[in-house]
Amino acid sequence: MSRPWRNAIVIGILLVLAIAVPRLGLPAFYVSLLTQTWIYGILAMSLDLLVGFTGLVSFMQAAFFGIGAYVVAIGATRYHFVDFWPTLLAAILIAGLVAAAFGALALRSEDEGFIIITLALNEIIWGLAYQWVSMSGGDNGITGFLRVNVGPFHTTDNSGFYYLSLAALIVCLTLLVLMVRSPFGLVLVGARERPRRMAALGYNVWLFRYLALIIAGMFAAVAGVLFAYYNEFVGPGSLSLDTTVQVLIMVILGGTGTLIGPLLGAGILVFLSNALSDITQRWVLILGAVYVVTVMYAPDGIVGLVNRLMAKARSRRELSLAAGAAVGGAFHSGEGPK
Amino acid sequence: MTTVAALHDADALGETCLQLSGISKRFGNLHVLDDVALSVRHGERRGIIGPNGAGKTTLFNVIAGELAPTSGKVYLYGRDITRLPPHSRAKLGLARTFQTTTLLPGLTVVENLVLSLQALTPTRFQCFVPRTRYRGFREEALRLLGQVQLEHCADWLVRALGHGEQRQVEILMALAQRPKLLLLDEPTAGLSAADAVLVTDMLRAYRRDVAMVLIEHDLSVVFNVVERITVLHYGRVVAEETVESIHDNPVVQEIYLGGTL
Repeated sequence: MSRPWRNAIVIGILLVLAIAVPRLGLPAFYVSLLTQTWIYGILAMSLDLLVGFTGLVSFMQAAFFGIGAYVVAIGATRYHFVDFWPTLLAAILIAGLVAAAFGALALRSEDEGFIIITLALNEIIWGLAYQWVSMSGGDNGITGFLRVNVGPFHTTDNSGFYYLSLAALIVCLTLLVLMVRSPFGLVLVGARERPRRMAALGYNVWLFRYLALIIAGMFAAVAGVLFAYYNEFVGPGSLSLDTTVQVLIMVILGGTGTLIGPLLGAGILVFLSNALSDITQRWVLILGAVYVVTVMYAPDGIVGLVNRLMAKARSRRELSLAAGAAVGGAFHSGEGPK
Repeated sequence: MTTVAALHDADALGETCLQLSGISKRFGNLHVLDDVALSVRHGERRGIIGPNGAGKTTLFNVIAGELAPTSGKVYLYGRDITRLPPHSRAKLGLARTFQTTTLLPGLTVVENLVLSLQALTPTRFQCFVPRTRYRGFREEALRLLGQVQLEHCADWLVRALGHGEQRQVEILMALAQRPKLLLLDEPTAGLSAADAVLVTDMLRAYRRDVAMVLIEHDLSVVFNVVERITVLHYGRVVAEETVESIHDNPVVQEIYLGGTL
């Protein structure tokens, strides 16, 4: 079977499973965990666009997630701005604008400097949310707004919200996959690999990084909007350093530069933290151990590990085939002549 | 009189492609380049030689825009490009290779070439159409690879290629954009003798509508590819000669060739 066909079938099966979940009679608890997975998945994929594809380790992705969430809460409670689509659009737009401003600042530096600046910028947004009490409710956050129905999705019941999140995930995943497979996506990867070469070819590396930061910020805002509606509450925790680090871990755990890996990482983190916190209060400790093991034994994340194992199995199969045929010459090892 | 006339003819023959005037570059108290003037005609092949530390690579980085000169001007076809960043210079027709081959090692050979081909087109901003739709780029890339008999590795990762092949791909990437000026920083450094011949032949065979400036330690490469040679010594231009007369220049014999040639 050719690869595109096999992929299409796998995607089809996963899609059917995902759609069937709320009707399988699973406890509502699992449906809500999966809903969270889809939401965090969008956020993690948006960060992967930066970390995995563009090579920018940004620590401010939670800020845009939080901005999305606060736009919902502040809009609904202070400005009677309650319709879903205008709210979503406003959130994307505001996050994009803030990303444009922050990106201009952060991209003045590279590598470690970039990490520190993005971290500081994230703290500014967190500080605003925490201390501008009259606007954000401070530490108490904002309640008193409700989910709104979106088209066919009756979000007030949990399965309806599950489908809304799943739809959002599919749309975001499709857009991001298109993006990384486009000419633009190739430029991002080139800028990650050798910015000097890309500049010499005529690419304004700064501009492409800048655009990637803005685009990623907009996707993070979509996740933030869903997160606000899902909880019907927004607090400063959503844009804290904690969230930033958690999302980064989802990306690394799943495998950078794969999009699907960060989604997987989001699922693992959501499920593991819930399952472990049922068992022990020291669940963070166990989670920490999982990260350490991942970084040590699967530095390319889970998707990287799976790919590596599959490649190994394939080359073993090819080797035995080659040995069986016992014909030399046409065997490409992948290594060019020295 | 005849010499003056001959000079006029030379001017009429070739428009000036690259011109440097009074280029100096200081790092603190270190004068790496000192009042360098250089003029390369359209389509000319120029070698820049000089002992280690003569400032050759610094000069290249000034021309390519990676370093700003402390003073002096860089002109490309009469246009002052001294303050332009590297990517803007590329748009004006300047391409380069690096001293250590600089490709995108995690991408395939074709992807490397496609990046070069799409660099100066609006397609580079296209973010919702799969790359596979742009067959033209791929076909052009394969055609270029065919020129150096490398079509069979089109879909290999660049890092799976040998040194010589990587260098060839780097030069192809530079030439794919049809530049007017190509800077080659030691194109045969680190290559086996056979690979060096591959690269030199490739450069020699190329169309004459691109000017090439190359830095080289291996003088046989220089003599094979270029017509004129500029000698740099402690950041100064100490000689400029044709390949035929360079051997007889006493300054050159003294400082660079050690009198052995």
